[in-house]
Amino acid sequence: MKFLYAAYAITWLIHIGYLGTVRARYRRLEREVEGLDRK
Amino acid sequence: MKKAFPIFALLTLVLLSYALYEALVAAPTEQTMGEVQRIFYYHVPSAWTAFLLFLVNFVASIVYLLNRSDKADILALVTAEVGVVFCTVVLVTGPIWARPVWGIWWTWDLRLTLTLVLWLIYVSYLVLRRFSSGSQTPLMAAVLAVFGALDVPLVYFSIWYFRTQHPSPVIGRGGSLDPRMTRVLLINWAAFLCLALLVCWSRYRLERLKREVEETQALEALLEPKGVR
Repeated sequence: MKFLYAAYAITWLIHIGYLGTVRARYRRLEREVEGLDRK
Repeated sequence: MKKAFPIFALLTLVLLSYALYEALVAAPTEQTMGEVQRIFYYHVPSAWTAFLLFLVNFVASIVYLLNRSDKADILALVTAEVGVVFCTVVLVTGPIWARPVWGIWWTWDLRLTLTLVLWLIYVSYLVLRRFSSGSQTPLMAAVLAVFGALDVPLVYFSIWYFRTQHPSPVIGRGGSLDPRMTRVLLINWAAFLCLALLVCWSRYRLERLKREVEETQALEALLEPKGVR
């Protein structure tokens, strides 16, 4: 069972980790847009 | 479109939860391998989703080579990135499944090796896109993607035409999967397809916004009087 749960958990860690990087890139871009708006 | 995204995200979450329940609880237990066989419901749909994304990447790259469409270039980039994520899942869940069943984590079998090569090709594609900033980068990436896509049918058909450690196809030619397992497999594939579509959608919007910001910054730098900084 530990192999089964490990496979499922790692699958979700990979997807959530990737979504986290997308969100971080979006935040960074939002800050750049705000900086451009202020100019 | 702004309202459609959260609704689709919610539906995807519901479908993924239902697919998880089907895979862990409702699907029958396989007699030979036991519970660990349920890795199949994540491993196989992830592989199919990765193949489909690389196919879209191939088509988008061809379109870019033909008419230099910016939209096609963004689509190619996005599908390669999300495809690599799904291919990573395949390469990680495969050895976790192999260890209790074959007794080894990895073997240099044709199917496994070609899948690793496929992953490396698309990682190279992403590295090229990330670290090369010349105007020819999308063109070089499109050419690499066209050649890289040749590996997809090799991976897919390797278990049809060659004797490999990897199991034979369970659906289609010669496949004999229990219909209840087929149903759970297809539910999970539908759920992962929705997830892939959702991620590609948000990643596409992000890439468009990024390019708009870069254009604006370049324009500002041009208009800024010399010697101000």
